[in-house]
Amino acid sequence: MRPQFRILSDDLIEQIITEGFELLVDPGVRVHNSEALELLADAGADVDFQSQIAYIPRDIVERALATAPSEFHLYDLHDEPVVRYGGDSVQFDPGSAAITVLDSQTREQRAPVTADFVKFVKLVETLPQLDAQSTALICTDVPEEIGDLYRLYLALNYMRKPIVTGAFRKDTWWTMKDMLVAVAGSEEALAERPIAIFDVCPSPPLLWSDLTCQNMIDCARYGIPSELVSMPLAGATAPVTIAGAVVQHTAECMSGVTICQLAKEGAPIVWGGSPAAFDMRQGTTPMGAVGTWMIDASYAEVGKALDLPTHAYLGMSDAKVVDAQCGLESAGGAFIAALAGVNMVSGAGMMDFESCQSYEKLVIDAEIIGMAKRLLAGVEARDEPIALGLMRELKHRAEYLGQLHTAKWFSKEQYIPSGVIDRGSLEAWKKKGAKTAWERAQDRVEELLATYEPSPISEDLREELRAITLKAAQTFGMNELPPLPQN
Amino acid sequence: MSNDILTELTRSLVDCEPDRTAELTQEALEAGKEPLAIIDQGLVPGMEIVGEKFQAGEYFLPQMVIAANAMQQAMGLLEPELQARQQVSESAGTVVIGTVQGDIHEIGKSLVATMMSANGFRVYDVGVDVSPATFVEKVRETQADLLGLSALLTTTMTAQRQVIEAMEEAGIRDQVKIMVGGAPVTQEWADTIGADGYAEDVVGAVELGTRLLS
Repeated sequence: MRPQFRILSDDLIEQIITEGFELLVDPGVRVHNSEALELLADAGADVDFQSQIAYIPRDIVERALATAPSEFHLYDLHDEPVVRYGGDSVQFDPGSAAITVLDSQTREQRAPVTADFVKFVKLVETLPQLDAQSTALICTDVPEEIGDLYRLYLALNYMRKPIVTGAFRKDTWWTMKDMLVAVAGSEEALAERPIAIFDVCPSPPLLWSDLTCQNMIDCARYGIPSELVSMPLAGATAPVTIAGAVVQHTAECMSGVTICQLAKEGAPIVWGGSPAAFDMRQGTTPMGAVGTWMIDASYAEVGKALDLPTHAYLGMSDAKVVDAQCGLESAGGAFIAALAGVNMVSGAGMMDFESCQSYEKLVIDAEIIGMAKRLLAGVEARDEPIALGLMRELKHRAEYLGQLHTAKWFSKEQYIPSGVIDRGSLEAWKKKGAKTAWERAQDRVEELLATYEPSPISEDLREELRAITLKAAQTFGMNELPPLPQN
Repeated sequence: MSNDILTELTRSLVDCEPDRTAELTQEALEAGKEPLAIIDQGLVPGMEIVGEKFQAGEYFLPQMVIAANAMQQAMGLLEPELQARQQVSESAGTVVIGTVQGDIHEIGKSLVATMMSANGFRVYDVGVDVSPATFVEKVRETQADLLGLSALLTTTMTAQRQVIEAMEEAGIRDQVKIMVGGAPVTQEWADTIGADGYAEDVVGAVELGTRLLS
């Protein structure tokens, strides 16, 4: 039996879904994208083109919810379906689009550059606990206008795992699509075996901006999966009650699924988000708040009730340094997400809300994820009878360490952490330099980077990616790309 | 060709197949291999590889203990053959080891005993809750070079001092090197009570024993 966590009663789920449908009728959803408004109007929604508000009747939404696939896979660069969106599969990727990186030496946040993101991608490749890459850092050594596509360009040069990404503009999406097509071989191959998924973010309350709406439509048309990142801030941009915030999330995601399915029936789309329980003292958006985790777990249950794949931003911390708060918040969120059966949990490495990425936090989070995945694997008998034969054989002797039964099962029964987690004696710990978790994480980062294996893509493909990226860079006044760090 | 069976013997230890180790030891004897060659070219290299893999983090305690037990079992088969040839396997030293009085914790002590045995020490494990007098008696009887004292509680670690004092009173303190270990024990404590060495884990204990006798 797999351990599972339920947070909403069936009645509450039903009521939340009902209120979600009703919100789309009144007050409707704001859609600042003309193509989406046309699609909705053609489908029979009542659209006010002047105020750009769509009033979407329930039957249109229901049809979309029914045609959206309940399951699909992301593929790695070896064409293996390594990530399953759907059911209760639980997978993890790093938090996306950090604007700073925590410097390993100074322990202060600074602007990320090419070398930082490349190091980060390599590190993610070496961590078995992480199932996918993300475009985790925004590099500041290229023009802001190509910040999104440049991350994807770098990642594609160093990764094997699939990637969670996103576009910051309408036009750059096309460049990013071209890169993905180049790697996949053709548009058909990309649609058949997608290697990337795009985050698309409605703005609370009930607004689709032109940019993100267009990204979602374009993804749908090319069969590239997209992931809804609805982010009600409970008490600020959404009702303060957890159930109320989930109602808003439901309506926003329903409208996203509807627009997506109207653009292309059957296009893969994920019921996801990054909500927060608004902090009533600081006016911030804590990712480490238990209320935030509860909103996430709740909307994941709603998504499952609608038979859609799920995503959540969890396993992050609001701490500014990698300290006790950082560990407790990241672990709490990751465990709740795992138990809630969220298909893709984004957030590893991320801190200071969603601002900063840290290599050291990433390797600590990998241990949290390893433990959470072990928890999900549950308790099994393993042997029949479970223990009678073994215990009768050994009688009262404490000799289990030397039993073949122990050798056979220990590494399946136990999650065995890396040196990041200290379980030595006091003396052993002192002998190794009395290192803190931060220092052990620093060591681990270096250790892992030394094991990185270069990505398998050909020189021709690297050249093609470079040409696509350079062309976009030149449009924005950058005539030469920063050199790629060596493999 | 002729060394294949010894290579297989080494492999059986590394692969944690204790029954196979016993079988191959028997087969090697039947094939006319010298017992000392079986030890030096078959068993010892296997234990070395297991030790290296443990140090590298690839192997864990269960593999170490299983290999050590298999080694001991194989030695049991070889002993009569060695005696018949009036040969002795090279011993790294004679050790008396036990958990001190008032303390019934067994695992750490037994682990060190097993690993020392697998590393060529002649080990006399006197068990748990052992009185100072019993330690003195056993060291005398076996002419041990090394005495290992385990304590897992802060309340029982003082008994390690009592054993050392008993050895002094019996006039045999100088004949034996004394090593101490256990969760609350530190190098500082070892120095305070006049022990010859402290190790924080099983691998350290084997290294320490080797160093103290060299």
